[in-house]
Amino acid sequence: MRPVYLDNNATTRVDPAVVAEMLPFFTEQFGNASSMHAFGAQVGGALKTARRRLQDLLGAEFDHEIVYTSGGTESDNMAILSALETQGARNEVITSTVEHPAVLALCDWLERHRGVTVHRIPVDAKGRLDVEAYRKALGPKTAIVSIMWANNETGTVFPVERLAEMAHEAGALFHTDAVQAVGKLPIDLKSTEIDMLSLSGHKLHGPKGIGALYVRKGVRLRPMIRGGHQERGRRAGTENAPAIIGLGKAAELARLHMADEQTRVKALRDRLEQGLLQRIGNSFVTGDVENRLPNTANVAFEFIEGEAILLLLNRAGIAASSGSACTSGSLEPSHVLRAMKVPYTAAHGAIRFSFSRENGDADVDRVLDAMPAIIADLRSLSPFWKDKRPGAATDAAFNPTYA
Amino acid sequence: MWEYSEKVQEYFYNPKNAGVMENASGIGDVGAISCGDALRLMIRVDPATDTITDAKFQTFGCGSAIASSSALTELIIGKTIDQALELSNQDIADFLGGLPPEKMHCSVMGYEALRAAVANYRGEAWEDDHEEGALICKCFGVDEGMIERAVRMNGLTTLEQVTHFTKAGGSCATCIEGIEEVLAKTNAAMVVEGLLDASEAFDPNEAVRPVRRPKAGKSPLAVTLEPLTKPKLTNLQKIRLIEEAIEGLRPFLRQDGGDCELIDVEGDRVMVKLSGACVGCQMASVTVNGVQERLIEKLGQPLRVIPV
Ligand SMILES: Cc1ncc(COP(=O)(O)O)c(C=O)c1O
Ligand code: FES
Repeated sequence: MRPVYLDNNATTRVDPAVVAEMLPFFTEQFGNASSMHAFGAQVGGALKTARRRLQDLLGAEFDHEIVYTSGGTESDNMAILSALETQGARNEVITSTVEHPAVLALCDWLERHRGVTVHRIPVDAKGRLDVEAYRKALGPKTAIVSIMWANNETGTVFPVERLAEMAHEAGALFHTDAVQAVGKLPIDLKSTEIDMLSLSGHKLHGPKGIGALYVRKGVRLRPMIRGGHQERGRRAGTENAPAIIGLGKAAELARLHMADEQTRVKALRDRLEQGLLQRIGNSFVTGDVENRLPNTANVAFEFIEGEAILLLLNRAGIAASSGSACTSGSLEPSHVLRAMKVPYTAAHGAIRFSFSRENGDADVDRVLDAMPAIIADLRSLSPFWKDKRPGAATDAAFNPTYA
Repeated sequence: MWEYSEKVQEYFYNPKNAGVMENASGIGDVGAISCGDALRLMIRVDPATDTITDAKFQTFGCGSAIASSSALTELIIGKTIDQALELSNQDIADFLGGLPPEKMHCSVMGYEALRAAVANYRGEAWEDDHEEGALICKCFGVDEGMIERAVRMNGLTTLEQVTHFTKAGGSCATCIEGIEEVLAKTNAAMVVEGLLDASEAFDPNEAVRPVRRPKAGKSPLAVTLEPLTKPKLTNLQKIRLIEEAIEGLRPFLRQDGGDCELIDVEGDRVMVKLSGACVGCQMASVTVNGVQERLIEKLGQPLRVIPV
């Protein structure tokens, strides 16, 4: 049975065309771009092409606005740490409650160990940012705002262009974690006021361990990693040439497939979502349905637990992911769903299906076939479920002793 | 993906005794929905013999929570209440062929549900005194609460002491910063409460001196001259190394009144005998994991430690 991969927000398959583009740079054109001989020169040219391709995908004005990094996490760290150094006496960071740990864990640490004040802007039940709270948090002490373009769990898209303008009115830098947006949404940075943007290769059918930070021309950047003059001295270390070249090809392909992502992939997602809601009661879609990535569906199934759902899906050959506590090894369910005040009984049973251009109608059919029985089986085991309706298992309400 | 044993998978995919029991003699509800776990255990008891004749469960939880609940029912059916109460959560984990350290709390939930159901049957009130925090040491399954309790009860002020009392940090040592953080926090609280003199408290700001390696008697360059494929250890060498590693761990185990003895080695299977407090100890399967990690590190080859 062909496996059904619907976990593309976690990572994507490297496109075979990307692999083909990378391979010669391991064994034939293996030179160091900084070297004076022909081996180096060949690589230098290929890196330039790769940078241009990524520039095109981002709609950046200049190719030197791109700094290659090891991925989304490094880019996020570099942007925030740099701003705290370059923005003088400004020592506050504004972010949201639903960011990726690459931002939130850094902010927690800065708060605890570096005396930085962090404002975490809340979201409403649909995951929409509280723009009024954001406006109030902005001030003369704000060094940088870091707010994601699209949420990795629900796909909710924030109005980052407007948020960037508001940050600039307060004299603060604006960074966005666009790891989930790049390749899925059309982006034209030269027409925005965004100062810095993080992206990651493995989310757009490129290799893992490569990413970039876009740094708008003129924005000061204090390097996090010092050494050689690579990346114009802004990120030292011999270039990961095969990966940079692979990311370039992936960016080119993403541009070619952008329309497909916005139409066909979106339609697959919508059909899956509608089909699940029709077939399975006590389930609902989380996130801002009108402002979402085209590929992401996050559906909460009440009264059951996500890891159990994933194990049964896996047995049916279907790969998805969940915001459940148990899959992460922590005890709390997804901080994103909790920030949206999704009740615990539903947050634990939220499943994320994330599509890519490689998915087709058969994948949707497979999930729609398998899911109703999986949910029914698990609900029949649940003490919160009785006679095909929510409720206590017996006449006495289920009210466990809480640990 | 978690590494679940065959038995866990079997009991998750085809759970036994799931469902509602009408007119149960005792019902135990435990768990915490915020942690994604809740379990209702229903038992039928024959009052003449005090024997559990039937048991059913309903569980809201992950794969190992469902498997643990089902295993619990299998373990208690046919036992008298007193016999059943002798079961530890480790017995549930062992029945399932072990649980990952992060999932041991699922077996604890089963252990507690049984106590709650028996209390309900006997008309007693049942209080849950179980608490847990973030898992700090994965090798030995030690969480924040266990470290904090050990520090408070014994007035510990150094990392080495914490390792002696809890085993945390005694194997791969990647968790020592996490341990030190809990130690510093707990000591600071003890100072405020007047339980500890400030001069004795663990000081997180004191730089830790780098540890020197014993002098190697030959040039480090010589290493590259060794053949690429290491000669295979002879059986005797292997057993000696395993013995040495286990000797090194025994002081920690004895601290807890337990012990561990090498019984036999067959290929990559290392049979050990746990004794004393280790046997019933909540954490025996994690202890086995810890010993295993240590042996693999020492021998540089995969091994399985099997308690016999
Ligand atoms: C929104 C977001 N930010 C950052 C990251 C981290 O990216 P990377 O894995 O490249 O470090 C991810 C990926 O998990 C993500 O989804
Ligand atoms: S995680 Fe604590 S010793 Fe390995």
